[in-house]
Amino acid sequence: MFIINCPFCGEREQSEFKAGGEAHIERPRQPTELSDDEWAEYLFMRKNIKGIQFERWNHIHGCRKWFNMVRDTSNDEIKAIYKMGEKPPVK
Amino acid sequence: MKNRYSIFSLIKNAFSYHENWEKAWKDPTPKKEYDAVIVGGGGHGLATAYYLAKKHNMKNIAVVEKGWIGGGNTGRNTTIIRSNYLWDASAGLYNHALKIWEGLSQELNYNVMFSQRGVMNLAHNLQDVRDLKRRTHANRLNGIDAEYLNTEEVKKFCPIINTSPDIRYPVLGGTLQRRAGTARHDAVAWGYARGADEMGVDIIQNCEVKAIKRNGDSVEGLETTKGFIKTNKIGVVAAGHSSVIANMAGLKLPLESKPLQALVSEPVKPIIDTVVMSNAVHAYVSQSDKGELVIGAGTDDYISYSQKGSHDIVEGTLNAILELYPIFSRMRMLRQWGGIVDICPDASPIISKTSIKGLYFNCGWGTGGFKATPGSGDLFAHTIANDEPHELNAAFNINRFVSGDLVDEHGAAAVAH
Repeated sequence: MFIINCPFCGEREQSEFKAGGEAHIERPRQPTELSDDEWAEYLFMRKNIKGIQFERWNHIHGCRKWFNMVRDTSNDEIKAIYKMGEKPPVK
Repeated sequence: MKNRYSIFSLIKNAFSYHENWEKAWKDPTPKKEYDAVIVGGGGHGLATAYYLAKKHNMKNIAVVEKGWIGGGNTGRNTTIIRSNYLWDASAGLYNHALKIWEGLSQELNYNVMFSQRGVMNLAHNLQDVRDLKRRTHANRLNGIDAEYLNTEEVKKFCPIINTSPDIRYPVLGGTLQRRAGTARHDAVAWGYARGADEMGVDIIQNCEVKAIKRNGDSVEGLETTKGFIKTNKIGVVAAGHSSVIANMAGLKLPLESKPLQALVSEPVKPIIDTVVMSNAVHAYVSQSDKGELVIGAGTDDYISYSQKGSHDIVEGTLNAILELYPIFSRMRMLRQWGGIVDICPDASPIISKTSIKGLYFNCGWGTGGFKATPGSGDLFAHTIANDEPHELNAAFNINRFVSGDLVDEHGAAAVAH
């Protein structure tokens, strides 16, 4: 369990939030032209990184807004939080 | 040939104060080259090595384990064994495992304490009732023993359950698989390790894989903390860390790794002689031979490799336990822990070849891999030895995520697997 600093509401307990998985997976621009392999890649395949991961979260029991997070999945330490549409921080 | 365990060996060793027992497995340094290397020394990995040596005559093989054998999810699960899955493919897979469980202690000459005490799954709403009845019928069509129980029958089978209609999620019925039960999870790893070691398999502990060496589209060997090991067949059985190994080979898997928590209470006298699972309120409980209540909680919804998990998950589970079993209200919990489980989008495992020649994956068991240990090892060994899946694991290939032919077991297992 950890504390998340919601960019809209401030610090709240993680149990108020819903994890939305890997961030920055772009929706296909031309869905009709995708092969089965490309669909599988988009729908199912995940980096599932042990270490620094970029991911989406939703403050589902709060403002219900989505935002992005950079988190170390090996120890749950949050490195950065930024809003949807913002460029991910480069380190 | 190892000395067999028996009442006579027990008596004989008692005279030397049990200080001269033969080591159950050696501690070898890795050879330069093997015919196959299994990555991951948990139950599934050791079983794979055991069946490769026993049924496919591959003796020049090794199991590499980054920690100690059975120290990962094998020693962290809640030891439940059952095979009452909904779909035909899953029923075939898990029932294959259950049949091996029934003779495993004799086969391994190692008491895995398999106890067919029955597993009961509870229904708490009308949809649960419909789903569980459907699953009971599906199980029977697949030759799996299954019974549907009404509320009175549930109470009769496990009298400490609160079946009052006044609780928040009243018990409306349940299913019972009498052949299901539990086993001693550590013994499974130790028994398979001893059996594999006896046939010449090298079990190498404290040996972490750092890189997979490829030559074009095939594998050449493994870079490990104990040096380079040459091999052209690698079977990865790394549970929560499967994606980490896959990344080394440049592969992506449809997996997410999450903490799954469990806890045990202080030991008490026998009070519950079966396993009771409830998907709707997400709590399951059994009692170990030591007397501890073994309680399974749920997964966190975020990806993590931290083996911790959140407190609110445990709290939710204990709320449900207390409502279903008011008798436990003053029990104290001794230990809580988390294991990292690799979850597939369809809640079914992957036992498959990959696009890289000589690289095989056995992963995605999610929250319910322990019950499949013997079957998983047997079928994965078949897949590695023949470079082709067995008919029982053909449906669990990695290409199902491209073809769309998924084995959606969320409905059968809900969250508690």
